[in-house]
Amino acid sequence: MDCGNNNLAQRAYLRRLGLSVAVYLVSLLGGVYLVSRDLVSGPIVWVLGLLPGLAVVGALYAIGKLITETTDEFIRMLIVRQTLIATGFALSLATIWGFLENYALVPHINAYWTAILWYLGFFLGAVSNRITYGAWGQLK
Amino acid sequence: MNNRLKVLRAERNWSQQDLAERLEVSRQSVNAIETGKYDPSLPLAFRIADVFGITIEQIFLRA
Repeated sequence: MDCGNNNLAQRAYLRRLGLSVAVYLVSLLGGVYLVSRDLVSGPIVWVLGLLPGLAVVGALYAIGKLITETTDEFIRMLIVRQTLIATGFALSLATIWGFLENYALVPHINAYWTAILWYLGFFLGAVSNRITYGAWGQLK
Repeated sequence: MNNRLKVLRAERNWSQQDLAERLEVSRQSVNAIETGKYDPSLPLAFRIADVFGITIEQIFLRA
C-alpha cells in the first residue's frame, strides 16, 4: 500500500484522467456526428476540432500533476522514467515515419497518432520499470 | 549501494510494509532500496536513519 499522500495524488490523477477521457469521447463522437452530417459549420467546427486534442492535453497535464504531487520519491522516479521512455519512443517513431513519408515510402498518417504512440510508450516504460526496478510505476 | 536494511528490519521483526508505513513511503520503495536497486535521496536516508535510531553510515555501506 502506498503512503497517504501518494493515494491522494493517485485519486486526483484518476479524477483528472476520467474528466479528460469523458471530454475526449463526448467531443470526438459528437463532433464526428455533427460534422459528417453537415449540421454545423464555421467557427463551431474549429471548436469541435480542437476539443478532442485539448482533452488529450488534459490527460498529459494529469500525468504532470501526478509527478509533482507524488511524495514517494521512488514511485515518482518510476513515473518520470516512464514519461521519458514514452516521449523518446513517440518522437522517434513519428520522426522516422515523417521522413519516410517524404519519399512516399509509407502512407500519410494523422499527427494525433503521435499521442497514441506516446501512450504505448508509457506502457513500455512501465514494463521497463518492472524489469529494471521490480515495480511498474503508473499503469493507468 | 549496499545497505543493512534487511538485517535491521529483521532485528526489529518489521515487515517491509511496517518499515514503509514508518517512513511514509510505498512498500515497493522499501523493497527497491533494500535490494540495492534504488539509492534513496539524502532526506529519505536521514528519515531511515531516524527510524532505526542510528546513523546513515551504519545503514548504507560503500560498494
